[in-house]
Amino acid sequence: MSTRLATQGRLVNRDKAVRFSFNSAPMTGFEGDTLASALLANDQMLVGRSFKYHRPRGIVAAGPEEPNALVNLGVEGKFEPNQRATTTELFEGLLATSQNHWPSLEFDVGAINAKLARFMPAGFYYKMFIHPRPLWKHVYEPFIRQAAGLGQAPKGRDWDTYEHLYAFCDVLVVGGGIAGLQAAKSAAQSGAQVLVLEQTAHWGGRAPVDGGTVDGKPVDKFVEELVSELSDTPNVTLRPRTMGAGVYDHGYVLGYERLTDHAPGMDGPRHRLWRIRAGHIITATGAIERPLSFAGNDIPGVMLAASVRDYAINYGVSAGDRTIVVTNNDDAYRTALALKNVGLEVPAILDARVLPVDSPLMADAKAAGIRVMMGHGIAKVQGSKRVTGVAVCSQAGEGATVEEIACDVVAMSGGWSPVVHLWSHCGGKLLWDTDWAMFRPDVDKAPLGADGSPFVSPAGSANGHFGLTEILGDAHAMGRAAARAIGFTPKKTNAPDGSCLDEAPMAPVWLMPQGAGRDLRGKAWLDYQNDVKVSDVQLAAQEGFESVEHAKRYTTLGMATDQGKLSNINGLAILSDALNQPIPQTGTTTFRPPYTPISMGAIGGEARGEVFQPIRRTPMHDWHDANGADWEPVGHWRRPYAYLRDGESVHDAVMRETKNVRENLGLLDASTLGKLIVKGPDAGRFLDMLYTNMMSTLKPGKCRYGLMCGENGFLIDDGVVARIDDNTFLCHTTTGGAERIHAHMEEWLQTEWWDWQVYVANVTEQYAQVAVVGPKARQALEALGGMDVSRDALGFMEWADGTLGGFDVRAYRISFSGELSYEIAVRASEGQAFWDALMKVGADLGVMPYGTEALHILRAEKGFIMIGDETDGTVIPQDLGLHWALSKKKDDYLGKRAHLRSHMADPARWKLVGLETTDGSTLPDGAYAVAEGTNANGQRNMQGRVTSSYHSPNLNKGIAMGLVLHGPDRMGEVLEFPGTDGTTYKARIVSPVFYDPDGEKQNV
Amino acid sequence: MSKTVTALNGARFADGIADVAELPMQGMITLRGDLGMAALKKAVKSNTSLVVPDQGQVAQNDAYTVAWMSPDEVLILCPYAEVQAIIAKLDKALIRAHALAVDVSDARAMFQVAGVHARAVMAKLAPVDVSERGFQPGMFRRTRLAQAAAAFWVADADTFHIICFRSQGQYMFDLLCVAAQKGSEVGRF
Repeated sequence: MSTRLATQGRLVNRDKAVRFSFNSAPMTGFEGDTLASALLANDQMLVGRSFKYHRPRGIVAAGPEEPNALVNLGVEGKFEPNQRATTTELFEGLLATSQNHWPSLEFDVGAINAKLARFMPAGFYYKMFIHPRPLWKHVYEPFIRQAAGLGQAPKGRDWDTYEHLYAFCDVLVVGGGIAGLQAAKSAAQSGAQVLVLEQTAHWGGRAPVDGGTVDGKPVDKFVEELVSELSDTPNVTLRPRTMGAGVYDHGYVLGYERLTDHAPGMDGPRHRLWRIRAGHIITATGAIERPLSFAGNDIPGVMLAASVRDYAINYGVSAGDRTIVVTNNDDAYRTALALKNVGLEVPAILDARVLPVDSPLMADAKAAGIRVMMGHGIAKVQGSKRVTGVAVCSQAGEGATVEEIACDVVAMSGGWSPVVHLWSHCGGKLLWDTDWAMFRPDVDKAPLGADGSPFVSPAGSANGHFGLTEILGDAHAMGRAAARAIGFTPKKTNAPDGSCLDEAPMAPVWLMPQGAGRDLRGKAWLDYQNDVKVSDVQLAAQEGFESVEHAKRYTTLGMATDQGKLSNINGLAILSDALNQPIPQTGTTTFRPPYTPISMGAIGGEARGEVFQPIRRTPMHDWHDANGADWEPVGHWRRPYAYLRDGESVHDAVMRETKNVRENLGLLDASTLGKLIVKGPDAGRFLDMLYTNMMSTLKPGKCRYGLMCGENGFLIDDGVVARIDDNTFLCHTTTGGAERIHAHMEEWLQTEWWDWQVYVANVTEQYAQVAVVGPKARQALEALGGMDVSRDALGFMEWADGTLGGFDVRAYRISFSGELSYEIAVRASEGQAFWDALMKVGADLGVMPYGTEALHILRAEKGFIMIGDETDGTVIPQDLGLHWALSKKKDDYLGKRAHLRSHMADPARWKLVGLETTDGSTLPDGAYAVAEGTNANGQRNMQGRVTSSYHSPNLNKGIAMGLVLHGPDRMGEVLEFPGTDGTTYKARIVSPVFYDPDGEKQNV
Repeated sequence: MSKTVTALNGARFADGIADVAELPMQGMITLRGDLGMAALKKAVKSNTSLVVPDQGQVAQNDAYTVAWMSPDEVLILCPYAEVQAIIAKLDKALIRAHALAVDVSDARAMFQVAGVHARAVMAKLAPVDVSERGFQPGMFRRTRLAQAAAAFWVADADTFHIICFRSQGQYMFDLLCVAAQKGSEVGRF
């Protein structure tokens, strides 16, 4: 039975009961409990089933290293799987359910896998399911996916909000234990700005549990005073509930702050991701206790020794009445003493070591009446869903039972591993410490910054120091050194004087007993979360997976959500043993951020809902929205695809708008088209290089359509250029091209033609631009009144400044539809008013706004190409029959040389033609024209493809453009286009200009 | 209603940890040229009474603001009604020089974030040290706020002014409101 003790519990408030539920059973804990401590207080040791064999699993640890106690938390928009009970603070109304079992936690059908464990060794899936190949996708994978997996995926939309925070500091201390606090103080005394992150809600780490004195005071008192002092220090910021998640280049660190996890009713974001730039980083991340590998070490009730002590002292929770302590070091004796101190039974301490003299802690244990069995260990643990006892054996032997002892808890300690994760993230190296059998940071091989000097320092037990004196001394030195490293002058002070009992050396124990046979090894777990046993790692070594990275992936050791916090060192020690090589030669796997999983919400930050993307809106956006716009994303812009009237389908709206432009008057919001001002004495010369045709000869007041190619000759943009004055041009780009072409211009000006006198400014958003299109366009503008827009005053491909309806305008007489057409630019802030004025004067002229699809159909009827439809990054002007736009007078322009290459000049390049189905139907966009025979891959040969296809309401038939092999020479030929709908479309090759081939309508 | 409207018609949010408000139409002129050129310095001075600021700086008086945008660009803020007149004067003063003065007033939206938590709101969105130590009056940054390009400076003690593209005005406003949401104080600025 685990239960609440009458005494102890320094972190809980016994006056405040907190109700929660686990698997629908109502339970009660105290304010300050973690979910794990509250579960134990309610005698809920069994918390989940293992991943592969569905074995019953209990709480093992008390911190972020916990592998087993993962639960589904909350419901609906608060639901989250795989939440660690040991790091989940209890709150009123918390709902938790266990994971990975069917039908119930107590009775799980999947546990049959455990009986088959012999037949499911490491690599089982690879070996079993590789043949026959097609079965993997259709049979094995769906089956395995059903059986595996921990928590459920959330289905509802997350109700919470999240945010990022950019923070800057001189010294960042990760870890608010006694080392972190001392390092922060020693660094801050120099005047440096210090930020301290602590993943839990409490300061001081393990020190208050482990005891000792500092400067003659009890250590918890020392911590209290230190925290109070640092809180009052203006250049120190303390952040509890904030985990240092990852260390990256240039002193960049991610911190993960859990703001409302402990109080979900609070206002504000749930998590905050700190994006920190630090001058120097101190990793005071502490150490994690290692399990021991003995048979049955995964049975609920087997726990880490220090965690058993944490539950007793921090939360006043006993994991059980009778605790067997099994250890290879002195620290576990503290657990035995702590339990004895609260009146619980400790039948024996099984110490794998044989010490010549009793260490002080051992002497204390013996004095407290605890039986110490040196040279002994556990042969196997008895029990299934709960420990009932242990079979004791000699550590040196093969596991013959010398005695059975009844107990309900086994507190194990295999030694301690410094948390070197953050030190290692950015390249900090490790060295093997033989005295403590652990990897510790190699301070001479620290992560290096841009200037080649170290930017991370470890401190305290994270640096391999144990014992208060050593920890405080190291932290003090590291804090001062960090300040000095970034140019501050640390104060000359001494480290506080810590004192605790001396410990005898530990003895490395990687397998218990050391000669354990196959049966025992097959039940000795290394990785609880992924069900990896000692025998699996040995098998991997035997099968040739000698690199630790290979063995890891083959066995899945350390690949679960806990990333092997408990299993890595034990696993690689077993691997080293199997390979007969020293542990440092095997090395570790790579430590990668985050330290423990962080929420997807925190990573996304504020970017969700309305602010998921920076949507760009034209000045008339709201009008469009209120008038039935069916939106189409174009880059980050939203443009109306069509304006739907009541009861109208999108297709009907498009047809109506397209017809109306040819018959009456259409308005298009063309504000999104890019507008770049290019000015300077060399502007003409510059544009001659950028466009394939000649721009320098353009007269002020005139417009010219231009094509732009990249260096490799492929079309990248097109648009109308207007010459404003001798020195100034205004270049229109495509909607998606404004920023890209602006950057393209700047790049050439800054890198290649840096001595040319040209300035470019992107004024796209300065103007609202409205295309006024259709036979009644001129009437509409004349109704507004103002400047002369007659054929003589403003001819085709001319522009003029003036006023219309009282608005200052620049009117361009350009047409992308083949109709009489003006594009009128006004100030963006007057765009809506101008649009309203046009709608008003247009009312009698049959005005309708039209969207991008009508725009597309209108241009396709005229055979005008569209960048992005007829071009896809592989198309050159020659492919589109645009030879007329390739200047022969110019020595050079971007793309000219590329066009001379043999592949570009190849007559077999597919060329633009019009396509007209034989039955008037509409060709599927993107369809391919098939040719005779097959290619080397056995695929049907192709001879062309559709680049644009529409139903034209004006011609009342399907029209299309496409690129076809020798297309222009094959007029009248019929091609076959198999569609994805099973039918084959037949289309005749025709001229791409379907409507008004002589251009009479736009010249009126 | 006037025919001239800002991107959000003066939207405002006062329910959070800082006040967010769209500012009225603001005259803005992009001036590109050699910033070391005497004629340019003189032209800026005579039109705004301000000296061309150094890199990362902004110069301000009651009517005008001049911000350093790049090694060959400054942004001049002036009353909206004065824009055309100032551009004409700049063009005239720089007629013999290679320079570009262009009206970008309508291409922008401008916001104000004010209050004791204004720095915290900015720190959630801009990868800039906006602490009192890191970002003081007189400094100017072209950067991004979340996913949108932006520039900002401290107008006075607790007030930031932000410029972004007009088309992203709604995004910027929504963003600032999210960052200023109730209960999201940081307690570090």
